[in-house]
Amino acid sequence: MFDLTGKTALVTGASGGIGAEIARALHAAGATLGLSGTRVEPLEALAAELGSRAHVLPCNLSNPEEVEGLVKRAAEAMGAVDILVNNAGITRDGLVMRMSDEDWQAVIDVNLTATFRLCRAAVRGMMKARWGRIVNISSVVGTTGNAGQVNYAASKAGMVGLSKSLAAEVASRGITVNCVAPGFIETAMTDKLNEAQRSAILASVPAGRMGTPEEIAAAVLYLASPEAAYVTGATLHVNGGMAMV
Amino acid sequence: MSDIADRVKKIVVEHLGVEADKVTESASFIDDLGADSLDTVELVMAFEEEFGIEIPDDAAETIQTFGDAVKFISEAA
Repeated sequence: MFDLTGKTALVTGASGGIGAEIARALHAAGATLGLSGTRVEPLEALAAELGSRAHVLPCNLSNPEEVEGLVKRAAEAMGAVDILVNNAGITRDGLVMRMSDEDWQAVIDVNLTATFRLCRAAVRGMMKARWGRIVNISSVVGTTGNAGQVNYAASKAGMVGLSKSLAAEVASRGITVNCVAPGFIETAMTDKLNEAQRSAILASVPAGRMGTPEEIAAAVLYLASPEAAYVTGATLHVNGGMAMV
Repeated sequence: MSDIADRVKKIVVEHLGVEADKVTESASFIDDLGADSLDTVELVMAFEEEFGIEIPDDAAETIQTFGDAVKFISEAA
């Protein structure tokens, strides 16, 4: 249904579970992919799996110079960046009273500041092209909050405010900026939970199960598609009813 | 009119979709030529590309009219 033939997409955090699935979905719809992440091996493996139309672009998002250069490298590799998916994210959980400035800053830097820098760099080419899609991967905890995650929740709520503001700035140029807010999804990040934590979480999810990376990727694919041209500044919650907002 | 002024005018006319004779020395991009704030950013980007120059943000803010643009670019190019 959604055709991205001829479009180019840069996905950060493509070495992770959700990022890789987003890359697969966009690629299956015909897009050329720029796969970014810190770990080269999984990126190479994903590129090999995708076959053609895949470029590996390693980048450490906590390094401002590398972030500044990423969109340029992607545009050189693919000719343009029509679709930007800011998916990379880290956690450094801890209660406020025990959270260090470093743990606060590291999460804000990677999740929020790198998103800002990548948006700023990508929007230039999109304005010229009069077409662009930015999809920022937020989180349900950006809306609901979560004990032990002040840094992560603040960064994810920050992405929503950033996206709405940027959406207002560039809407007249055919560029949309939206968020997808996953709930509890089966990934390496949630594998760390123990059985008690897992059942406590599932009790709060009306759907009674965790979501899959494919279900996040489908939401991203829609927002990246030509069909979603009139959707901007929105947050699409994909959380099994865990938070109906 | 200088070569630079011609090239600047061409960009302004194309980008803002205005008549060439409206683009006078004192014509303000925003007040007279109907540009919004995003248009002014795009014009600066287009000037940078056309003339191979860098226009820093504080300088960009001083470029309000067609004459301002020609003057800045003539000095920078």
